[in-house]
Amino acid sequence: MIAAIQAALAEEMRRDPTVFLIGEDVRLGVFAGTRGLHAEFGDKRVIDTPISELAVAGTGVGAAATGLRPVVDLMFGTFLYLAFDQIANQAGAMRYMFGGQTKLPIVYMTQNGSGSSAGHHHSQSVHPFFMNMPLIKVVMPSTPYDAKGLLKAAIRDDNPVVFFNHLSLGGQRGEVPDEEYLIPLGKADIKREGADVTICAAGMMVHQSLKAAAALEADGISAEVIDLRTLKPWDEETVLASVAKTGRFIAVDESYPVCGGASEWAAVVAEKGFSDLKAAPRRISSKPVPIPFSPALEKAVIPSAEEIAAAARELMAVAAR
Amino acid sequence: MTPSPEVVMDIYTRMLRIRRFEEQVGKLFAEGQLPGFVHLYIGEEAVGVGVCAALRDDDYIVSTHRGHGHVIAKGGDFNRMMAELFGKATGYCKGKGGSMHIADFSIGMLGACGIVGGGIPVAVGAGFSAYYRGTDQVAVSLFGDGAANEGSFHESLNLASALKLPVIFVCENNGYGEFTPAERAMNIQDIAERAHGYGIPGVIVDGTDALAVYEAAAAAVERARRGEGPALIEAKTHRRGGHAEGEAAFLAGQQYRSPEEERAAQEKDPLARLGAFIIEREIAPASHLETLDAKIVEQVTAAVEFARSSPDPSLESLYEDTWV
Repeated sequence: MIAAIQAALAEEMRRDPTVFLIGEDVRLGVFAGTRGLHAEFGDKRVIDTPISELAVAGTGVGAAATGLRPVVDLMFGTFLYLAFDQIANQAGAMRYMFGGQTKLPIVYMTQNGSGSSAGHHHSQSVHPFFMNMPLIKVVMPSTPYDAKGLLKAAIRDDNPVVFFNHLSLGGQRGEVPDEEYLIPLGKADIKREGADVTICAAGMMVHQSLKAAAALEADGISAEVIDLRTLKPWDEETVLASVAKTGRFIAVDESYPVCGGASEWAAVVAEKGFSDLKAAPRRISSKPVPIPFSPALEKAVIPSAEEIAAAARELMAVAAR
Repeated sequence: MTPSPEVVMDIYTRMLRIRRFEEQVGKLFAEGQLPGFVHLYIGEEAVGVGVCAALRDDDYIVSTHRGHGHVIAKGGDFNRMMAELFGKATGYCKGKGGSMHIADFSIGMLGACGIVGGGIPVAVGAGFSAYYRGTDQVAVSLFGDGAANEGSFHESLNLASALKLPVIFVCENNGYGEFTPAERAMNIQDIAERAHGYGIPGVIVDGTDALAVYEAAAAAVERARRGEGPALIEAKTHRRGGHAEGEAAFLAGQQYRSPEEERAAQEKDPLARLGAFIIEREIAPASHLETLDAKIVEQVTAAVEFARSSPDPSLESLYEDTWV
């Protein structure tokens, strides 16, 4: 996964001299995604900053508004809270608010999610906040292949994008071809085809959903797993087409249940795919508590493959209407 | 360096343009003709104009909620500004921004900003951009004394200093953060002192003296263009009006400034001061200033006419200027 991120950044920086990387410890690369880039691109294009999330996020806004393509590394998703004004009020609105006088091609790159016993301040899934901002795009890959193609597309996108790597997927392995490719933002990927139930997820939850699907197969239940990849704009079409086929829907998201990702997906399926549903859509989210430190407790907070599989079995047991 | 007579007249003209525009806006607001709320720049003209007169068209400024004067100081257009205040399709932002969000990217005016301190990091980014592209442009962040207590101010000064960026931070200290006097909000007299904590020069100027502001700004701009990094200028000024027009309605009779203080502020009129200087130094006769005034008043009147006769934005435009 880390090599895919490094390759995406390096390729885009080689291709376009207006692309630069700015943030705390980007030379050294704490999560290694930015490691090695300083050696190739130097001080001007790989800029270490003070720990000042708000000013660094705003530096991205001002640079983007004047012709550059910043990639702003904000390390942990929770640190985006410190940069909120610049992302929500400035990056998320300037183009519209100023009547289209500028565009804002910025990527805010960060680590999201739980599972590493990092405690609440380094373990949250903050993506719903940004899904709620009308002009921010939100990306969350689950595989190295997707991460590379999506990050390259995000850097080339003329709009602000928040790009969430998963804290616990840094070591994820997977095939990444040598030749260049892009993955368009807004397109989901069916990671596993199935006929009985649609499971919709992103990031780490794709892996939990695939595990659940494998377990369900042993029970004779065929689950389709959709990896949204982009959380805004999200691929309603692919999800609704799947629900039309399976008639059952489970939304799995690592954020909290109130106004979380799963709530959004389930709401749209209920609204637009109601006639296809054989049972009420289900949401599976993290338990609504701050993320606890102890591995035993943390594990209980995050949606698990067992929980997802259990929900699928329950849906299968609902008598057809 | 005393500015040339041409520069002095240019500064006076821009200040007078702001004064007459803002007086008209105040009147329109009082008559209930403008939606939303407006924050007038009357009394502070010397700051924005003194600074912008020291800039080139391709230099950047980032403004505040009290931004009308900054747009005009940078060379903005009356018609498009007034239309924006009326929420019309012909406005600078096609009616989507309003008083607190006017921008004119064609003259480096990167926008007013409704969040106190919200524009400061954006100016750092514009300064970074100039550095990155290898130009000698500079970026100016204009903000009030209230913003000097925001985290964005402190983070931005430090970041710009650490990266040695061509950014000039201009604090318009009018003594009040909304309705709270600065002395209740900070335990120092001079915001310029804070510059030293970030290793950059901090200077204090009389913000009612446009030529002093111009000289301080010109020195900071030259320094930044030479690659010597940011500076902080604190301009001590006065807000002749309130925080927002129509504030009496929500103050419900409460007073936050004494009548003596308000009178003193009226007496320190930067426009009258520069006008007297021009006449005394025989840069131009009083009759010339009167002619200029009449011409500007006509332009303001025409802008109101333009705004009134302009169409509202179409509902189709609601989803325009979203994603590129």
